[in-house]
Amino acid sequence: MPSLKDLKNRIASVKSTRKITKAMQMVAAAKLRRAQDAAEQSRPYTERFNAVLAGLAASVGGSDSAPRLLKGTGSDTTHLLVVMTAERGLCGGFNSSIVKLARAEAGRLIKEGKTVKILTVGKKGREQLRRDWNSHLVGHVDMGAIKRIGYADAQSVALDILGRFDAGEFDVATIFFNRFQSVISQVPTAQQIIPAAFDADQDAGPIYDYEPGEEEILADLLPRAVATQIFAALLENGASEQGARMSAMDNATRNAGDMIDRLTIQFNRTRQAVITNELIEIISGAEAL
Amino acid sequence: MAETVQFDLVSPERRLASVQATEVQIPGADGDMTAMAGHAPTITTLRPGLLRVVHGGSADDYVVFGGFAEIGAAGISVLAEQALPRAEVTQDVLDGMVTSAKAALTHAQGAAAKTGTGPVDAAAKAVADLVAVGVQLGIAARA
Repeated sequence: MPSLKDLKNRIASVKSTRKITKAMQMVAAAKLRRAQDAAEQSRPYTERFNAVLAGLAASVGGSDSAPRLLKGTGSDTTHLLVVMTAERGLCGGFNSSIVKLARAEAGRLIKEGKTVKILTVGKKGREQLRRDWNSHLVGHVDMGAIKRIGYADAQSVALDILGRFDAGEFDVATIFFNRFQSVISQVPTAQQIIPAAFDADQDAGPIYDYEPGEEEILADLLPRAVATQIFAALLENGASEQGARMSAMDNATRNAGDMIDRLTIQFNRTRQAVITNELIEIISGAEAL
Repeated sequence: MAETVQFDLVSPERRLASVQATEVQIPGADGDMTAMAGHAPTITTLRPGLLRVVHGGSADDYVVFGGFAEIGAAGISVLAEQALPRAEVTQDVLDGMVTSAKAALTHAQGAAAKTGTGPVDAAAKAVADLVAVGVQLGIAARA
């Protein structure tokens, strides 16, 4: 049975843990609002962009001269999995759920006899994948120094990926990230970015004049589309991370509270026992006289 | 009162403008164009340049970099990769843009030296366009 002093120390330590988790929860809540705002701000751009691109792709897509980013390299033997995770832990199952999805996908591709290469964005994903997929890791993008995700960050990731594509390192690229649904639910998502995949049932819209020609515009826009999709994914991921952290820390705070209650009861009981013990000793001492 | 048309200017990071415009001057890749209500549906890529929106008798200028403009029946939307209101374009901002454009040029030249082809001309044009923007704004790009 722990002594009174031990119990007191434990209560104090759980209380300070609760303070920390409570603070982290509130920080995450503030960051979440900012991340959601950022995602909200980027939505009009992404939506218009994809609509225009889908229209263009539909009109050019069939021809033989369509850019490789749209129609692919003609084979699908080498897959690049871009696993986007957080730089920091303590956010519940956020990182693990992305990595789990990526692992399952990589396993499936390998079973089909495909070559798998993995590019990690964010430290946590690389740490988890290094254990069993180390030989497949081809690169890593560190987001540690970035406080607020800007379009330029997405662009540099996109340039990295496009450079590898031009060098013929892979045929198909897929990004893995968590789509933000609500604070308590983030959905791990896999999205193919190269070759570009569009909703086929988009409205064609009005017939446009293109300046310069359709194919030049498409060639100009497709690399940007990669960056745009990565940017959108990064923002979704950012919001998801904060949401996951917020609910994880909320849980931790509540658990710490429960633990304090339990320890306090135990402390009081122990104290009572000690007092009773002392009384018994005094009384039996007095009776012995 | 001249006819107006809905105009939106968005960049990936924010929505810069959403107004009823009487005319919009767009720096297209093949040359400047002015779009007004009833313009034929057009999609054009942008070159780095000044975009001017005239609405309600006043005009707003924006510096845009990369992206495209879509002129449709519903309105004009410009999706620029980078867009800044003119007032926010200072010497430092312009220098930063010129520097990154030059870096892209060097990169393209390096890639072209290896493969024999590459978007060297496009990158060089981007640098020149940016410098021209500086001249228009009255900011001389430093080296």
